[in-house]
Amino acid sequence: MASNSSGGSDRQRVAQQRLRIITGHLQGRENGDSTIIAAECKAEGSQTDVSREEGKTVPRRRQEIMKWNGWGYSDTKFIFNNKGQAEFTGKRYRLSGMIIPALKEWFEGTFGASMQHKSPAAPVLNSGAVQPPTLNEAFLEELKSTGVLFSHDAEDRVYRAHGHCLHEIFALREGKVGRVPDMVVWPNCHDDVVKIVELACKHDVCLIPYGGGTSVSSGLECPPEETRCIVSVDTSQMNRILWIDEKNLTAHVEAGIVGQDLERLLNESGYCTGHEPDSMEFSSLGGWVATRASGMKKNIYGNIEDLVVHVKMVTPQGVIEKSCRGPRMSTGPDIHHFIMGSEGTLGVVTEVTMKIRPVPEYQKYGSVVFPNFEQGVACLREVAKQRCAPASIRLMDNEQFKFGHALKPQVSSMFTSFLDGLKKFYITKFKGFDTDRLCVATLLFEGGREKVLQHEKQVYDIAAKFGGLAAGEDNGQRGYMLTFVIAYLRDLGMEYYVIGESFETSVPWDRVLDICRNVKARIIGECKSKGVQFQPLSTCRVTQTYDTGACVYFYFAFNYRGLSDPVHVYEQVERAAREEILANGGSLSHHHGVGKLRKEWMRETVSNVGMGMLQSVKDYVDPKNIFGNRNLL
Amino acid sequence: MSNTYRDSYGAGLENEEEFVDILEERRRSSDLGHALRTFSPHPYKGAESCSNADLNKAVLESQYLRYMAKEIAAETGSSVEEVREEACGILEEMSQNLQLKCIRLMGFTMTKVLKRLYSSIFVNMEGLNMLQQSIQEHPVILMPNHRSYMDFLIISYIMFTYDIPMPFIAAGIPLAGMKLVGEVLRRSGAFFIRRAIGSDKLYWAVLSEYVRTIVKTGIAPLEFYVEGLRSRTLKSVMPKLGMMHMVMEPFFKGEVYDITLIPISISYDRVLEESLLAHELLGIPKPKESTTALLKASKVLQEDYGSMHVNFGRPMSVRHLCEGKINRCQYNLVPRDLPQKPSAEVQACVSWLAHLMVRVQEEGSMMGPWALMACLLLQAPTRVLTEEGLPWQELTDKTLWLRKLALDFGARLNWPSGQGQAPDADVMSSTVALHGSVVNRKAGRVFLVQEEEPTRNRPISPEEKMISTAAAVLMLASYRNMSLHIFVRPALLAMALHIKKTTQKDELLAFFCFLWDVFSNEFIFIPGNSSQDFEEACFLLKKCGAVHVSEQEVTVSVAGLEVLSFLQALLQPFIDSYQVIFRYLCENEVHVYAEKQFLTAVRNLATELILSGELHTYEALSSDTQKNVLSALQRLDSLTKSRASEQNEYTVNKAAVRRIDDILSGKIPPQMLHTTPEAKL
Repeated sequence: MASNSSGGSDRQRVAQQRLRIITGHLQGRENGDSTIIAAECKAEGSQTDVSREEGKTVPRRRQEIMKWNGWGYSDTKFIFNNKGQAEFTGKRYRLSGMIIPALKEWFEGTFGASMQHKSPAAPVLNSGAVQPPTLNEAFLEELKSTGVLFSHDAEDRVYRAHGHCLHEIFALREGKVGRVPDMVVWPNCHDDVVKIVELACKHDVCLIPYGGGTSVSSGLECPPEETRCIVSVDTSQMNRILWIDEKNLTAHVEAGIVGQDLERLLNESGYCTGHEPDSMEFSSLGGWVATRASGMKKNIYGNIEDLVVHVKMVTPQGVIEKSCRGPRMSTGPDIHHFIMGSEGTLGVVTEVTMKIRPVPEYQKYGSVVFPNFEQGVACLREVAKQRCAPASIRLMDNEQFKFGHALKPQVSSMFTSFLDGLKKFYITKFKGFDTDRLCVATLLFEGGREKVLQHEKQVYDIAAKFGGLAAGEDNGQRGYMLTFVIAYLRDLGMEYYVIGESFETSVPWDRVLDICRNVKARIIGECKSKGVQFQPLSTCRVTQTYDTGACVYFYFAFNYRGLSDPVHVYEQVERAAREEILANGGSLSHHHGVGKLRKEWMRETVSNVGMGMLQSVKDYVDPKNIFGNRNLL
Repeated sequence: MSNTYRDSYGAGLENEEEFVDILEERRRSSDLGHALRTFSPHPYKGAESCSNADLNKAVLESQYLRYMAKEIAAETGSSVEEVREEACGILEEMSQNLQLKCIRLMGFTMTKVLKRLYSSIFVNMEGLNMLQQSIQEHPVILMPNHRSYMDFLIISYIMFTYDIPMPFIAAGIPLAGMKLVGEVLRRSGAFFIRRAIGSDKLYWAVLSEYVRTIVKTGIAPLEFYVEGLRSRTLKSVMPKLGMMHMVMEPFFKGEVYDITLIPISISYDRVLEESLLAHELLGIPKPKESTTALLKASKVLQEDYGSMHVNFGRPMSVRHLCEGKINRCQYNLVPRDLPQKPSAEVQACVSWLAHLMVRVQEEGSMMGPWALMACLLLQAPTRVLTEEGLPWQELTDKTLWLRKLALDFGARLNWPSGQGQAPDADVMSSTVALHGSVVNRKAGRVFLVQEEEPTRNRPISPEEKMISTAAAVLMLASYRNMSLHIFVRPALLAMALHIKKTTQKDELLAFFCFLWDVFSNEFIFIPGNSSQDFEEACFLLKKCGAVHVSEQEVTVSVAGLEVLSFLQALLQPFIDSYQVIFRYLCENEVHVYAEKQFLTAVRNLATELILSGELHTYEALSSDTQKNVLSALQRLDSLTKSRASEQNEYTVNKAAVRRIDDILSGKIPPQMLHTTPEAKL
């Protein structure tokens, strides 16, 4: 662990702690499944090649491990093998190397897709398609003298020119590259960033901060009208935990660290932040701060705004930060709230002090089946009312329930499949649930063993009042695992003329059912009117509960065979869906952010005066628009 | 152009759709078998099964009613419990109690009655099929026009016959008071609404929650008359907005994805209540709705009423209609369960939609030969009709000419293909025979039928004679009204050409808009659509060869004179009637009138003028026209209504009324009527 912590005693203590944790893990394994921890759901990262740099996932050259035109690791993807069965390749995930027997039927049945109709991607990035860089020579000269690493290699630049919006990935698959950064720089620490920003101001260079590249708001797209040299500031090498303060339970971390590394490194010291956004394998701390991220387990740990104690951001006017680490202050508007959600328009977040917690003693997954979505929502509402939400509680609608089922890996034992059959019989025949209406909630409990079991009982008791039946740990765990592999599934779809995406909102409780029904119906209606030939998949889930409302996620995908401009159709439908969300009292975004994709609705979202406030902050902090990604405003 | 609404809103169906006579099968097979048929409709897919008691419970326990009960309790000083009990009473009085058993009984009786009264009941199957489809997709609102008591159960009867879920029907409370009948209607799905709810907050609250709950849950299609009441003149009535707003609100608030409106046009060859209506218009009060009155009226069962057409229009999506008209975000900041005054935007949208529905109903209605003949008969001097008679040949020739014009204007004509050597002549002969209560044909001439009261010994006074003639004329006028929607726009232009004697298009447009404005209580126009209506009028007159239209000018063609004079004569009675009333208001010493006093005075004046030969139309005697004038003047800020003790009082701004009269006579050019500041005094 790269730690600046000083003093041998410290080091000793850390080592001891690590030992304790590892012992804990080993014991846990012996006990079998009871101590599954969330980390097992996501990929193992590059732990295998720890030799390179003690457990850091993201290399400077992302192309070494990641796809250039799809999600995640190069070695990991869904394929239909030569027997026509779906298979998940690689070794990183629990699902890796497994056959998923029901996926093909679901895929063909849901989308009308066929193995015969393939829409393969361009195999390699053609550097010729990338415009030669517009370099600012004076900037370049001075940059060289600072020793900060940089590159204007075409591949490096293309990797940093996009997030994971459908249109971005679709274009890459077709081998199309638009405006890309002219240069990439890799600062190694806060001071490097200060130098880069100073030089950029001096030479009028446009800077676009780049963290994990998981944006789904067109936030990383280079504005095509930008004529200055665009420099992508890749923070991925600023990935150290600088210190851990065990007395106050905080950790001071460089902002480029990605979620999985942060958790793993903290775990080694017996701690965690508990911040687990679905993108945590690749998204970075700085990115979370800049977009107001939300984590799956926010019920226990809070969202990013609750976790941040102190932030340092480098702006064209200098460094902004608070003078102390007081847990709360009454010192006018919280300047952290200018930083959080600024989406790279004001500066680069370089270092963050975050709350940490001891690694929980015990974790338990669970799931509940409800006769219908309405009952499920009513249950979640009651759980929120009683403020007894587990670390995570998510409710999938019927379509997603079926989708989840289609993703069950092949079971090895006859006994398991017999049990599955028995369960299904019990739920549908004995309890009279309609397989076309039932839905499932997945749960994750965390904490002391006693408390977890107590908590679990409380939640299941509430669920029972709404007709919910406990449906086992497996179903729950599979639900969370899907979070991490679902992004890979989109790439599979795109091989067979299926495109799709997810988007989210937050909405008051009394509107949850209405917004789910209306947005799903709107998507189907718009697809039909835009000439989509096949029935789209239009599904949703409630992923977070709050006192006064919930976060709702929509998934939407369709078979685009027969359309001349599928991406345009897709964008029209998504736009319509967003309008429907707003008309139904939903927010513009719960945690994805605004970027350029949702900018058009900002004014009506925050009012004219609100826009003026944000604009005046921008005008003061960055009068020359050095941070020119043009997000948000 | 004339098909604007059909095209964009899909009101009518373009092709000659297939109308099926549903009585034909009833005549061939058992009535009992029909009544006992298996009824298994496909309901709305989102509906939860919900008994009538559940529905009422949901209404009473709604957040909205709780809130309102608290508020009303605080205002009136009574306890919340008392208010809730009162609400419970209101709901009991209001709510329907649909029962299949009763529907079967009703079906059985209806079959008997319908077969006796009507030769056929035509229903368009394509519309019915689309309805069947729509009902499964979204909550459905059935919106028939209302011309006869017969409308009331005919939709339910058709739905029952074709396995479509039975609607809940909004009805006026007097029907509930009828012994037995009230209960039968309630069990057939009727729910009852008080008239003149006024400012009874609790009543509004219960009613609106009841209606919204029906729409939100989609437990049954909802049927209501957007015109609010039965048209006494067979002319469309200015739509009422209250119910329309309640129905739309679940969509505005996102509680349903969409709502489907089904315009339904019911057209009759002959209306059961024809003479009753005419007498009511002349101020002879309508008999109270009672079961005995109904039985007494059973003599109407002995007559022939020709055929009935029920035209189910193309389903209209509220979501689609409201696109760009409503920003639904306005409901985001206040809980949707709380009462919220509708914004100007919402009010305008509801009003627009209500008017649009009336227009679509008009376009879907079927017009028979009789409506055309009535137009022509009314254009003959009344004396000719009562004394000399109109030559049959002249009437039939002119009717055939008018048929062509009506078709040019896009009318849906119900012109049966007659038999024999001269099929058209046969059709007209049988039409006149069917309407023997209004006209009779003797020795090649057509006469107006005058009421005979043989029991009377003393000689008939001229006033009494006139009332008798007036009743016949108003009956005729009602049948003419069935065709007005076809002719009214070109007729307004013809009138503008006649009064202004100009060819300048902009001047004509200004005068057209003035007429449009003044008469928009009389004829139903879509708010804000006057310019489009003018364009439509130009287009239609051009299409039939009556005018040439250029950028700047509208010129009359020689061949167009006949058309234009017909159209102008069609509107003349309205112009004359309005002018009589305007002049009465201006010339009288009084400034403030009680409503009753006003109606009597105008009727007396009109009687006088008719007897002296100064006024040529009997329509000025119609209380409907008189009330429309009052509403129009109020709308134009020339009259203010106030409520003094028991009845309404009107204060007249004479200068403003005089100005309208002067514009109407062409003495001064038209001006913006609404913005003149002194008119507000």
